[in-house]
Amino acid sequence: MTFEIPDFMPVIPELFVLGMACAILVIDLFVPQARRDITYGLSQFTLIGAAVLTIALASPETRFTFNDTFIADGLSDLLKVAVYLITAVVFLYSRPYLQDRDIYKGEYYVLGLFGVLGMMIMISSYSFLTLYLGLELLSLSLYAMVAFNRDSARASEAAMKYFILGAIASGMLLYGMSILYGITGSLDIKEVSDYLITSSAGLNVPLVFALSFVIVGLAFKLGAVPFHMWVPDVYHGAPTSVTLFIGTAPKLAGLAIIMRLLVDGLGPLHHDWQGMLTILAVLSLAVGNVVAIAQTNIKRMLAYSTISHVGFILMGILAGTHEGYAAALFYTLVYAIVAAGGFGMIILLSRRGFEAENLDDFRGLNERSPWFAFIMLLIMFSMAGVPPTVGFYAKLAVLQAVVQVDMIWLAIFAVIFSIVGAFYYLRAVKIMYFDKPEDESPLPKALDMNVVLSINGLLVIVLGIFPGLLMSLATGAISW
Amino acid sequence: MLETIMNVWEGLPLVMQIMAKITLIVAPLMLAVAYVTYAERKVIGYMQVRLGPNRVGPKGWLQPIADAVKLLTKEVIIPTNANRYLFLIAPVLSIAPALAAWAVIPFDDGMALANINAGLLYILALSSLGVYGVIIAGWASNSKYALLGAMRSAAQIVAYEIAMGFALVGVIMVAGSLNLGEIVSAQSGSIYHWYLLPLLPLFLVFFISGVAETNRAPFDVAEGESEIVAGFHVEYSGMAFAVFFLAEYANMILISALTALLFLGGWLSPFQGILPESAFAIPVIGWFLDSGIHWFLIKTAFFLFCFLWFRATFPRYRYDQIMRLGWKVLIPVTIVWLFVLGVGVAFGIGPWFA
Amino acid sequence: MNFEAFLFYFFSVILVGAAVAMITVRNPVHAALFLVLTFFTSAALWIMLEAEFLGIVLVLVYVGAVMVLFLFVVMMLDINLARMREGFIRFLPVGIVVAVAMVSVMTLVIVRHFHMEAPERAGADYNNTEALGQILYTEYVYPFEIAAVILLVAIVAAIALTLRRRPGTKAIDPAQQVRITRKGRVRMVDMKSEDKS
Repeated sequence: MTFEIPDFMPVIPELFVLGMACAILVIDLFVPQARRDITYGLSQFTLIGAAVLTIALASPETRFTFNDTFIADGLSDLLKVAVYLITAVVFLYSRPYLQDRDIYKGEYYVLGLFGVLGMMIMISSYSFLTLYLGLELLSLSLYAMVAFNRDSARASEAAMKYFILGAIASGMLLYGMSILYGITGSLDIKEVSDYLITSSAGLNVPLVFALSFVIVGLAFKLGAVPFHMWVPDVYHGAPTSVTLFIGTAPKLAGLAIIMRLLVDGLGPLHHDWQGMLTILAVLSLAVGNVVAIAQTNIKRMLAYSTISHVGFILMGILAGTHEGYAAALFYTLVYAIVAAGGFGMIILLSRRGFEAENLDDFRGLNERSPWFAFIMLLIMFSMAGVPPTVGFYAKLAVLQAVVQVDMIWLAIFAVIFSIVGAFYYLRAVKIMYFDKPEDESPLPKALDMNVVLSINGLLVIVLGIFPGLLMSLATGAISW
Repeated sequence: MLETIMNVWEGLPLVMQIMAKITLIVAPLMLAVAYVTYAERKVIGYMQVRLGPNRVGPKGWLQPIADAVKLLTKEVIIPTNANRYLFLIAPVLSIAPALAAWAVIPFDDGMALANINAGLLYILALSSLGVYGVIIAGWASNSKYALLGAMRSAAQIVAYEIAMGFALVGVIMVAGSLNLGEIVSAQSGSIYHWYLLPLLPLFLVFFISGVAETNRAPFDVAEGESEIVAGFHVEYSGMAFAVFFLAEYANMILISALTALLFLGGWLSPFQGILPESAFAIPVIGWFLDSGIHWFLIKTAFFLFCFLWFRATFPRYRYDQIMRLGWKVLIPVTIVWLFVLGVGVAFGIGPWFA
Repeated sequence: MNFEAFLFYFFSVILVGAAVAMITVRNPVHAALFLVLTFFTSAALWIMLEAEFLGIVLVLVYVGAVMVLFLFVVMMLDINLARMREGFIRFLPVGIVVAVAMVSVMTLVIVRHFHMEAPERAGADYNNTEALGQILYTEYVYPFEIAAVILLVAIVAAIALTLRRRPGTKAIDPAQQVRITRKGRVRMVDMKSEDKS
């Protein structure tokens, strides 16, 4: 049996992250609690190093390795760099939160890095097997992170729910994949796609089942209605720093597996999954935006807002055009940035023994800190899609893509529910600016967090004024 | 004469041949078990400056037979509220794997009931089944002591199985085969080719884990007479108890035989490659010096003696110390040595791995 | 019916029977034991399919380790049987629908789409373990390594979530125990013998 040593060049970022995560795991053992910052610094170094490596290795052509189970292309490079940067910001925001709650432990960062590795594997997977394994790696890290605060009963409950529903979702996805394997006889995404193009059978019963299971599994993982039940509970129950992580970077990886699985692999069946995604998108937009109005807890509110944003992302995908995919990618990137800022604000207002979870905790923020009230205003405007923030352009791009494929009713529906959604975002703004503060204590002073959070907020408006930069990146990544 | 016997043998149906072979293995094994109990009492007796059994038969040689008869005639009592079927099936589950594992043990070159490729894996799988007898016995007895003993033993066996498996991985790496016959053949050459020296840490880990797996002293917390009376078999009497007893000793012999096969070259003679070839040509002495089943039996007997020796000399480990030894000492030792072996085998370093 | 077919049906009947018994028996310990039997017979079936490595590893890992720990937990738990039965009847219709759907899909896929010639019997010297190792470390090395990382994360997660040093436990550090010397424990007191008065 001859064996060709695979090309390791494209996987160097993965190897680097894996090696560093293992090294940090060991180093952390010998670091006393007082100097836990070493672990934190090494984790940040890992993310930045991986970003440098990925950018250095990026090239316009598509690279395959490991028997074509690994792919590196424009999409993977862009998404990976975005994952590193978002995670770096998440780690930075998490640090004061963890310190205040005495859970500032090395394992948090190690698990986070393994989660990043899982996302990288998902983003670069070109086979059902690696895709599934990457998803499991990410999910397992996230389950553990949700339960990380062992003294909180609510976090443990959230972790249980997340774990069980996540396992069901994985099972669905795996079952769908196994049926696909039974039909096509291959796990390779390219070969599955080729089989579907050449086979004249068209859509038959097993294929419908396979497609449904795959889509249900993906919908579970993304939190699209009607598979969204876990999202509010997990967002609410998890420590805010973990909610911040779950709510941002994994969405990018989720988009990647949709692109690989549905667009690349099952692309020939586009006509069939378009209908399924339409239902998911419509329900997500409706439920997400309407139920969010009734929430008083800001973490739950943002959870429902996530659901509605997922609806928008799915709209971009279901258009089935390059513009649509690019719009979905753009939307996801924007959403990750904005959500990082939103949860970052919650962490900023929290302190030892106090969680700024309720909407009322934002009351009169303008009087306590006009600058951060302004940042929060930008973030809320962007989530609502108010021009000139970047959220407006993200929604516009998706709507354009949908209109281009003559689904005007869907675009109108989305606009209506965006306006409904704007209500609760603007209510948050109203509370900050026109209500009296109940809590006069000054905001904590952590220089790095304040600076990065400010940049994060300002990015929303800067990208809104110059959307072309990010948009061209997204279009470049899609039209490989 | 010999030819007619061979012809009759060849003429038998395959099933009967196999049955005959099984009998040839199990009957001596049972006899060995009986006399290991006698040896145990004698050895421990002498170590404690006592005489041991010396009343039944000449020098007490018929003691095990008397014990067997006594146990056979006793009543098997099933406690009230015990789970009847499981209570009775537990001893069977305990002894069946202990006997079935002997199927792949080669006694001499090619002398095995089943010469299968994955022999070592088969033994590992079967020895991991033995724990069910203990657990089910503990649970079905509906007794607190029995359940405690079963829990202790289950945790212990699962923990030590890992160390044992890792130790076997080292042997597999060096021998390049899972077949027990091939593993022994790979050790041929001279006494320095035995895996005892190159795999010394793994040998120690394997034998210690083996003692722990069989729930023998000093790892016998599952029985722990002084704490939980007799552990999982406290409610058993008569033949049901005897079967547990048989299983324990059959497992002891199995572990000894495995240690002899894997680390001491099984049936290979220690004089191989040291004495000149002509020495093996001397009539009776030459036969003794040459490789053969007797060396396998001698080596096995030595390790059996070690079992008894340990029991007589070591105080019992505390439960948490057992867990610590298994997880924190033996497993890391095996992992480190596996790395050393990996480097040695891959690059052909050292006197043994070249 | 030749011997092999007889063995196949023998194990299959036990397998199916044990699987049915596993979900219908009342006692959770019995259910776990039936699951063990199911694993064991499926291992036997695998070995008949010349997948001896997988069969033995199934016994070694699932029967020998996973189910032991499972039984361990089940025996310790006090499970309320009555409450478990309630759910059984309530969810039975849904369960049947799901089961029927899955069975029909599997049949459709296997019957209509997965035409595979029965592979030729390998010879007695064919080594399944070696073949599996060859393919696992070459063609599937990337997924294999990812699976290894997943297991590592599972270990890290389990330890991070359970290893908590609670104050007030009476656990003894064995290293400290080993390190004691005679000097720390025994004090020699020199006592003068007293005169008889």
